[in-house]
Amino acid sequence: MAEHIVSARSYFAVFFALMGLTAITVAVAFNDFGAWNNFVAIAIAVTKATLVILYFMHVRYSTHLTWVMAGAGFFWTAVMIAYVMTDYVARGWIPVPIAQ
Amino acid sequence: MSNHAAASLAHQHQFDDAEQQYEASTLGMWVFIVNEVMFFGAMICAYVVYRVVHPGVFEHASQQLNITLGLVNTTILITSSLTMALAVHGAQQGKRGQMLGYLLLTMVLGAAFLGIKGFEYAHKYSEGLVPGLNFTYTGPHADESQLFFSLYFALTGFHALHMVIGLGILGALFAVGARGMFSRDYHTPVEISGLYWHFVDIVWIFLFPLLYLLGLH
Amino acid sequence: MDAPETPKNYLTADYSIKSWLLTVDHKRIAVLYLVSITAMFLLGSAFAAGIRLELLTPRGDLFTSDTYNKLFTMHGIVMVFFFLIPSIPAVLGNFLVPIMIGARDLAFPKINLLSWYIYVIGATFAMFAMITGGVDTGWTFYTPYSSWVSHTNVTATAIGIFITGFSSILTGLNFIVTIHRMRAPGLTWFRMPLFIWAHYATSLVMVLGTPVIAITVALVGLERIFHLGIFNPQMGGDPILFQHLFWFYSHPAVYIMILPSMGVISELITCFSRKSIFGYSFVAISSLAIAFLGFIVWGHHMFTTGQSVYTGMIFSILSFAVAIPSAVKTFNWTATLYRGSLSFEAPMVYALCYLGLFTIGGLTGLFLATLGTDVHVHDTYFVVAHFHYIMVGGAILGYLGGLHFWWPKITGKMYPDGIARTAAIIVFIGFNLTFFPQFVLGYMGMPRRYHFYVDEFQVLNVLSTAGAGILGVGYLLPMFYFVWSLIYGKKAPANPWGATGLEWTTPSPPPTDNFAQTPVVTEDAYSYENLPVPTRASAV
Repeated sequence: MAEHIVSARSYFAVFFALMGLTAITVAVAFNDFGAWNNFVAIAIAVTKATLVILYFMHVRYSTHLTWVMAGAGFFWTAVMIAYVMTDYVARGWIPVPIAQ
Repeated sequence: MSNHAAASLAHQHQFDDAEQQYEASTLGMWVFIVNEVMFFGAMICAYVVYRVVHPGVFEHASQQLNITLGLVNTTILITSSLTMALAVHGAQQGKRGQMLGYLLLTMVLGAAFLGIKGFEYAHKYSEGLVPGLNFTYTGPHADESQLFFSLYFALTGFHALHMVIGLGILGALFAVGARGMFSRDYHTPVEISGLYWHFVDIVWIFLFPLLYLLGLH
Repeated sequence: MDAPETPKNYLTADYSIKSWLLTVDHKRIAVLYLVSITAMFLLGSAFAAGIRLELLTPRGDLFTSDTYNKLFTMHGIVMVFFFLIPSIPAVLGNFLVPIMIGARDLAFPKINLLSWYIYVIGATFAMFAMITGGVDTGWTFYTPYSSWVSHTNVTATAIGIFITGFSSILTGLNFIVTIHRMRAPGLTWFRMPLFIWAHYATSLVMVLGTPVIAITVALVGLERIFHLGIFNPQMGGDPILFQHLFWFYSHPAVYIMILPSMGVISELITCFSRKSIFGYSFVAISSLAIAFLGFIVWGHHMFTTGQSVYTGMIFSILSFAVAIPSAVKTFNWTATLYRGSLSFEAPMVYALCYLGLFTIGGLTGLFLATLGTDVHVHDTYFVVAHFHYIMVGGAILGYLGGLHFWWPKITGKMYPDGIARTAAIIVFIGFNLTFFPQFVLGYMGMPRRYHFYVDEFQVLNVLSTAGAGILGVGYLLPMFYFVWSLIYGKKAPANPWGATGLEWTTPSPPPTDNFAQTPVVTEDAYSYENLPVPTRASAV
């Protein structure tokens, strides 16, 4: 089992990065960037999740198969949300005559 | 862990050796996590849709949540992920005391998270913001606000359920580990339970900004 | 019974009830599934019989409208969730996946047993709902009818489907891990039987899709219990969102039913053509392509719901794309038949019937993927006929063909081939007589889910009901001669069909550990060219 042992020091580094990002996401939320608010919040959440997956869950040191599995769920969730959103964004684009 | 050490270990009859068993177990947990991501993904999809359909109402309703408690809980859960990682770290090096200590700490943090969550739920109940049980909010867009709280309780409720299951798993690990069942050469259950625990943390990493932060500005 | 000196196999290893109910042997769990899904199939067929009898006459003279609604709902729920989805994966897949890859068992035998118990518990909830008044929402549970309007037992059914979903997820998880991690030495990915490829693709769909339906029915259940507004337009919810989430699973679910069936057909066609399959890697990859594309076409169920026209267009185009890998399979099977030394044992007859029916089912799917045509035939019998051609003509014929092919391996007994061939022909005739008129009916405008209709439609409905009777005979025959074969059947040799594949190298029925020693694979699947044409052991 080619098991890679991550040093405790890296775990703490990741932990502090996660805490820092949490502080940033809260601080950012108090400011109004309009439509960018959601984007920033999600981008930070994705970064944090990636850190957890790569280091705490050891994916960085794992096989390609684990990379694929780690990405698959998020990829298909993104596909689902993106496709569903196309409907909600474009629903009103063609005005439908309503019967009197 | 080297091959010859692994080969001497006990493994279940369907596997050729302990290494195959380890790889199968790890992959199994990852496939399970894929399934769990889709499980929460579908709910988050519903939430995102309604957030886009009713932007103002959702931001207003989100302001009813206690941002301080949400932040405290985020900190607790991230810390518990660290302690879980350190428990696995201990197991990998065969340090039983380190493993058990950090497992215990992880359980304490997990329980603290659930305690705070329970407090938040009770508070929402007294404020009349629990759809179905006690929902007395009558301001503008009461129905859409109820939609927000329905999804809030569905998302955090299923997350809390996963935390409870996780605590059960950790408790079992602790009991088994205390009897010296894990070693430098065999600690697969600790590792894959760690994967599960980190996944539950990731769910919260997304829930916190989605639910608590959107109405702050 | 075997003589004492015969080595023990998985069936004779232990006879106690406990040894069956607590077994972790994938072969015994497959048999448990076989018995349970056969029971569910009989139940679902009984509901279908009720529907067809009611539709014999234009008036609603046999059942009330309410009862009729419950009949077609429960027919759909039982057949889709409790028969078709577990059919091939949980029975044939469970039995064959480990043997075909040269493993002693699935990666997680206890989880495999757990999946059967979860299935039984889920089915119990659904049965409870049926006994206490039934459900009338249609198997699609469209909201807000299911969450606010219907007074029937939707909650118990939703719980049943939620629970059963996990049985399917665990089966898929087990297959993925087993196929990745437990292949015999030398069995590379492109030497695997196509049955395994099909099950791998199916398992991906199960793991990625099933949690979505689980959470969707859970939300409907919560909405019902707590009177929430999650999918209720009067309370800010959107019923179309329910349909998005529902079809995100339920469209790929069609591929959970059809992909394993395609895997079976690949095995049958090559074996009875005595040729290696034409374009092996294309057939293998097309399974993955179907699984992939299957996830991004769900909106073609919703062309008439008021979803965005632009979204509809994208979904329409993508739906056409599914035809490509499906056609790759069909053409490659046909090319395999070309200049093969064909023989027509019962499994092959099923496979050939499958080819015809699946082609009709697939091609009529293109009509429905076309935006304009779909508006005309949506919610008519055209749709009913289309999906029965896929699910019955495709999935069930594949299941029956596979069951006939591997029955000697599963039970160690031969069934009478002549009557089995006759049964296959009866199924084919009965099926077409039942469902072909429904294409015409649908095109003429007969809507689905009504228990009375205008007089002009009666002739075709009588034909359809008559066909259903013949189809019923075709289904019952195998049950009789399979049971007969258990008692009186000739003992099956290890390889009655002269087929390639690891499952035929071990005795019939296999020993508990499948192989005396781990096999080593040295050649590609389906190297029939190197084999002599066998003297078939098909006679009783």
